[in-house]
Amino acid sequence: MIPAPFEYARPTSVDEALGLLAGSDDAKVLAGGQSLLSVLRMRLNAPELVVDIGRIDALRGIREVAGGGGAIEIGAMTPYHEILASDEIRTGLRLLHDAVAEVGDPQVRHRGTLGGSLAHADPAGDCGAVALALGAEMVIAGPGGERVVPADEFFQDLFTTAVGEDELLVAVRFPGYPGWGSRYEKFVRTAQDWPIIAVGACVRMADGKTISEARIGLTNMGPTPLRARAVEEALVGMTPTAEAVGAACAAVADGTSPPSDLNGDADYRRHLATVLARRAVLAAAGAA
Amino acid sequence: MTRIELTVDGAKVVDDVEPRLLLVQYLREQLGKTGTVIGCDTASCGACTVHLDGHSVKSCNVLAVQADGAEVTTIEGIATNGELHPLQEAFRECHALQCGFCTPGMIMQSADLLAENPHPTEAQIREGLEGNLCRCTGYQNIVRAVRYAADATSATTDGGAA
Repeated sequence: MIPAPFEYARPTSVDEALGLLAGSDDAKVLAGGQSLLSVLRMRLNAPELVVDIGRIDALRGIREVAGGGGAIEIGAMTPYHEILASDEIRTGLRLLHDAVAEVGDPQVRHRGTLGGSLAHADPAGDCGAVALALGAEMVIAGPGGERVVPADEFFQDLFTTAVGEDELLVAVRFPGYPGWGSRYEKFVRTAQDWPIIAVGACVRMADGKTISEARIGLTNMGPTPLRARAVEEALVGMTPTAEAVGAACAAVADGTSPPSDLNGDADYRRHLATVLARRAVLAAAGAA
Repeated sequence: MTRIELTVDGAKVVDDVEPRLLLVQYLREQLGKTGTVIGCDTASCGACTVHLDGHSVKSCNVLAVQADGAEVTTIEGIATNGELHPLQEAFRECHALQCGFCTPGMIMQSADLLAENPHPTEAQIREGLEGNLCRCTGYQNIVRAVRYAADATSATTDGGAA
């Protein structure tokens, strides 16, 4: 399958990219292309202009945010395999590391980028729920300069984010979580597949015995990634036994609207969420 | 049309291509490198795997224009001076193919895996090949072949060092 014809531009700076986007009514941004090219080839979309941001060096890289208390900024065009290779992220943002390790397969992880995945906003994408759970901030460049949008305002609907037509996601900032444990639990039928659902959990323990804080993100449990805030609150102060955590996680699918498809119907996904959430929280709390 | 200049299997090429041309089509139809095959055409099966600047990619999911300035290695470029690559040798030795259609991609992805991890465990080999599907389901011998190549390569290296 071949994409419909399009004009192609390859800017080398963010300003040049923004100029191209401003000058077109029907442009798509090409990051690593691991989602967009499939969309174009299946002709689900046929933009007039494709703006390839693959040569904008400023969009690539992993850096500590100065004075950010362990916060890390990841350039939007940083490919998954560079994130996986980063010691800083493996030790400081383990949940992100583990979710990225689950994305697609090695070939996809060589090309695919964090920013591309977040801007594409497929609800089954592994990074969205993790960005949400970790309270990431999206740095978006536009004609009026840069603005910062928190993850819980970034994902607006199915494949829809806060990034405007004339804007570009340029970086993602993650706060530091020193001393927290985490686990990304993903359920798939084949290794390289999109998750049927997944749960990312991040837990801070007080004196190694009780949970003092928890953050939980859900993948593919609705049109956007979701936070399980009620469960997060229920876990606070809890001694993480399988029974107690299981009981708290029984409510994890409340208020969600997961899809039904050949892999499972919505009720199956709701059930799966309770199981994976329990496993993820127990593992994150060091009690699995 | 967009002008691209790249290196494919060691040879410099310059072409004007339509931006929508996929890398795999460029390799096969414009350069005649039909060793790289199109399997699923949906970026699932990995049969079209090539190396782009030293990293494995599914060439059905990359535009030729994205490879501008890059170095591309296909299954046709890994033998040296008529000598099979250790992985090609291993796939032959271990009978790691049945219909053979997935083989170019399996070998290119295995080469990527061994470049990153010269001594993978069986589990690491299976994980490393998660993006490559064998329609004959002949995975056992494929995994054996990767082990064989890893052992053969380290034997050579150790021998050289001694």
